[in-house]
Amino acid sequence: MSIKVVPDKCTSCETCITACPFGAIEMRDGKAFITESCTVCGACVEACEFKAIERTEEQAAPAADLSAYKGVWVFAEQHKGEVSSVTLELLGEGRKLADKRKAKLSAVFIGHGIKEKAADLIAHGADIVYIADDPALKDFNDDSYSAVLTTLARLHKPEIILAGATAVGRSFFPKVASTLYTGLTADCTALDIDPESGNLHQTRPAFGGNIMATIMTPNHRPQMATVRHKVMKKAEPDASRKGDIIDVKFNSHGDMRAKVIKTIEDLAETVNICEADIIVSGGRGLSDPKNFKLIEELAKTLGGAVGATRGAVDEGWVPYCHQVGQTGKTVCPKLYIACGISGAIQHLAGMQSSDVIVAINKDPNAPIFNVATYGIVGDVMEVLPVMIRKFKEIRG
Amino acid sequence: MNIIVLIKQVPDASEVKINRETNTLIRDGVPSIINPFDMYAIEEALRLREQHGGKVTVLTMGPPQAAEALKEAVSLGADEAVLLSDRAFAGADTWATSFTLSKGIKKIGSFDLVISGKQAIDGDTAQVGPETADMLGVPFVAYVRKIEKVENNRMTAERMMDEGYDVVETSLPALITVVKEINEPRLPSLKGKMKAKSLKVTSWTAQDIGADVNLCGLKGSPTKVVKIFPPAPRGNREILSGTIEQQIDQVVKNLKEQTLI
Amino acid sequence: MDYLLTEDQIMIRDLARQIAEEKIVPVRAELDEQNKFPWDVMKAMAQSDLFGLFIPEEYGGLGKKTLELCIAVEELSKACVGVSTSYAANALGTFPLLLHGSEAQKKKYLPAIASGKRLVAFGLTEANAGSDAGGIQTTAKLEGNEYVLNGTKQWITNGGEAEIYTIIAITDRSKGPRGASAFIVEKGTPGFTFGKKENKMGIRASSTTELIFNNCRIPKENLIAKEGMGFIVAMKTLDSSRTGVGAQGVGVAQGAINEAIKFAKQRVQFGQPVTSFQAVQHILADMQTQTEAARSLVYSVARFVDSGAKDISRPSAMAKLFATDTAMKVTTDAVQIMGGSGYMKEYPVEKMMRDAKILQIYEGTNQIQRNVIALDMVKEASRQK
Repeated sequence: MSIKVVPDKCTSCETCITACPFGAIEMRDGKAFITESCTVCGACVEACEFKAIERTEEQAAPAADLSAYKGVWVFAEQHKGEVSSVTLELLGEGRKLADKRKAKLSAVFIGHGIKEKAADLIAHGADIVYIADDPALKDFNDDSYSAVLTTLARLHKPEIILAGATAVGRSFFPKVASTLYTGLTADCTALDIDPESGNLHQTRPAFGGNIMATIMTPNHRPQMATVRHKVMKKAEPDASRKGDIIDVKFNSHGDMRAKVIKTIEDLAETVNICEADIIVSGGRGLSDPKNFKLIEELAKTLGGAVGATRGAVDEGWVPYCHQVGQTGKTVCPKLYIACGISGAIQHLAGMQSSDVIVAINKDPNAPIFNVATYGIVGDVMEVLPVMIRKFKEIRG
Repeated sequence: MNIIVLIKQVPDASEVKINRETNTLIRDGVPSIINPFDMYAIEEALRLREQHGGKVTVLTMGPPQAAEALKEAVSLGADEAVLLSDRAFAGADTWATSFTLSKGIKKIGSFDLVISGKQAIDGDTAQVGPETADMLGVPFVAYVRKIEKVENNRMTAERMMDEGYDVVETSLPALITVVKEINEPRLPSLKGKMKAKSLKVTSWTAQDIGADVNLCGLKGSPTKVVKIFPPAPRGNREILSGTIEQQIDQVVKNLKEQTLI
Repeated sequence: MDYLLTEDQIMIRDLARQIAEEKIVPVRAELDEQNKFPWDVMKAMAQSDLFGLFIPEEYGGLGKKTLELCIAVEELSKACVGVSTSYAANALGTFPLLLHGSEAQKKKYLPAIASGKRLVAFGLTEANAGSDAGGIQTTAKLEGNEYVLNGTKQWITNGGEAEIYTIIAITDRSKGPRGASAFIVEKGTPGFTFGKKENKMGIRASSTTELIFNNCRIPKENLIAKEGMGFIVAMKTLDSSRTGVGAQGVGVAQGAINEAIKFAKQRVQFGQPVTSFQAVQHILADMQTQTEAARSLVYSVARFVDSGAKDISRPSAMAKLFATDTAMKVTTDAVQIMGGSGYMKEYPVEKMMRDAKILQIYEGTNQIQRNVIALDMVKEASRQK
């Protein structure tokens, strides 16, 4: 595929330049010119009223035998033997995709001492669980985890493999995709499948959530994606569901190149804000570390987690693991309360896909109000104590 | 220690504004910068060089103007800079980018460590590091927040995970990606800036690095972008009015109705 | 205004500005409040080669001169005169070595100074010798291969923090001003200690202490130039550094203007921003005009000094005098424009006003500068007769 300008039709109106999300069009010799930054997304083709821009579909590379690939797989992540919540979300979504393709849903379950949890995966929608239970797999390791998954994928040829966009998933999935020479789409927020071709439409935010891109892997299999927390619905567990549990032998290589020596769960860092349903976040507008205590109090009142802007983290009010935004974490809780946050684009990038956003800021023109479901205009130091009191009344 | 730092030139997110009517990015006059996460990678490489000696080479793939990013890295203290630039590289996804970078790294020659930022702020994929590691056949450690020690061809590092961190030991050569916590990047030096000013950046094409063009750029990319669209506008947006007490009451009522609290 | 700076000078200005904005502005209030020496900032400046700016290339520096130093000092002073004083005092302490040091002394000390590894201080002032440099009491007596120093220096910038001190002491009291000599004393030499850190009105980020010499023995080789040259070394040093104090004035004045106009644009009174009132506009116009005039004078004198000119006392005194008087006036006006807010510590202009005051006092009070200028005028007029 490529994008071409038909010079005779181009009227130099420059509409395409504005439409291009990648800044890949410029005017040269009075005509639109497609530069090397082009990703062939086609936004300009649609924008041009004069049909002066065309997308040419070149002969697709001789496709591998795509029909040999069947079924939807989910990498079932566990933490200390507990199946992580994103796994259950993926099983819910994977079930839907598999049903549309009339195919099976399988889970690949890697760890040690996890056998009894396999039934959970079946209850949540899996037809098959491939379980690799081995002392050598106890700690997450890029080499061993990708070896297990790559070997299985080569053997059983799934059409789709999904993982959570967690630290683990985003670390080792690329290695699998690289080895299998296939496409991998990071941090998806929506998936859909073409029931005929089996092409997976993977939608993800780019540019910090300011544009959305739908991505396909038309000529390679398996189609791989990591999926963001909290955007897919968990399936209701059904203990009566039946499925196959297949043991997978792990041939540990004597010499693992990288290995975990120890795992430290920093008490202060146990709040994984990616998984929280409610996040109360504070910014520089709080102007003092002791005021940040109010954020913590409100979060505690609501049973939520504490978030922060880069500014608040840079001031040292709260550790980095609480940072939401472009250089921090991307979250999408059901409720996000932004306190004294002006709404810099980098912060919005990390939280604007939250379901409901409540913003408190004294400046009615603060950009945070552009994304807020409810905007409270007022001094955060006056608002917070009242809010805490009201919520406490409700919660008893 | 020979260290290669992978960097990417990206639009400065703090300068990007959004046209709220069309929901598109306004990129006019937006300056290009080194991907912020890569600044930590450059800094860590310079610190390792200060401790262990050796050489720091910065490498990027991009259009000719990406040489500016390389020059900035040199002004910070990098020894050498290599640009991979060829029309055939255009439109690459993470797989094709990693393929091209790994070819460039092989051409640079032997190395002890490749460092990159954990992800680029324009694509946010965090995939180029691990995919490049795989193609180079070296171990990979993601989200490094501290390098504890480097000795006898082994490195011990702390890797940030969702619940805390792991202490990971790896053999070298290896590829790591780093997070913001690892250091505070330095500012450029005057000597570095003067060196950068007169520097001629080495530029290699697909042919120079012996890369099959069918595996580069758009052609070599398994994924295709099929559609770009603005995010769905957020539902009702409401700026409340009245006294603070009244505003809060309204929020509490709404949240209660939606069973959010 | 465009001063037709070279590419290198623009590079120096931009880098110093970046350091000021990223490393100094975020911490200046804290440094001021806690009387804290800015080591982190100094390290950043060292890493960026700012300490090597005016040191010749053969000693690891960049071989730049007065104008470049002034440009850097101006940018740092826009953010904090306390920090720029620490930086400029390092240059002040280095000038005796640079101007009069032997090749061996330069080789030994300049590379470490250029890299910012070792900070320098200049020790001239004493309790009874400020504006009157002839009143120095500290003595240095040659005993075998060593000089023995006794006495106390007062209000020494970078005292306690610096590792290298260039000291003026009397080697032969009978010769009056011609009995003074210049020496290098390293921190840690037995008999060399520091008094308490002074608690100052402004430039609180800089360190000011006494230097106490009690039978402090230093090697004979640490004598700079010859015995009896001390007074000349001191005067040449001050001639070289004075324009830089002017640059500090230009910087802090511009910094205050920038704060004042930013504030005035958003401060609404009687339904409009206060910048729309002519009373405010005229003050702003005067502030900027005076500052631009000061900058023009400082840059011109710096270029004159860099041309290798010999008679630089009068022009450098004029640059220091005019630019620092301007700084005092402009920073005071900035506080006035910002009103109550300007008086509060939440905004940086009250600190700028406190900081600006020292510029009229140190490195020769502005009254002394007027003496220098007038005496030179009278001398010139006498010659023309």
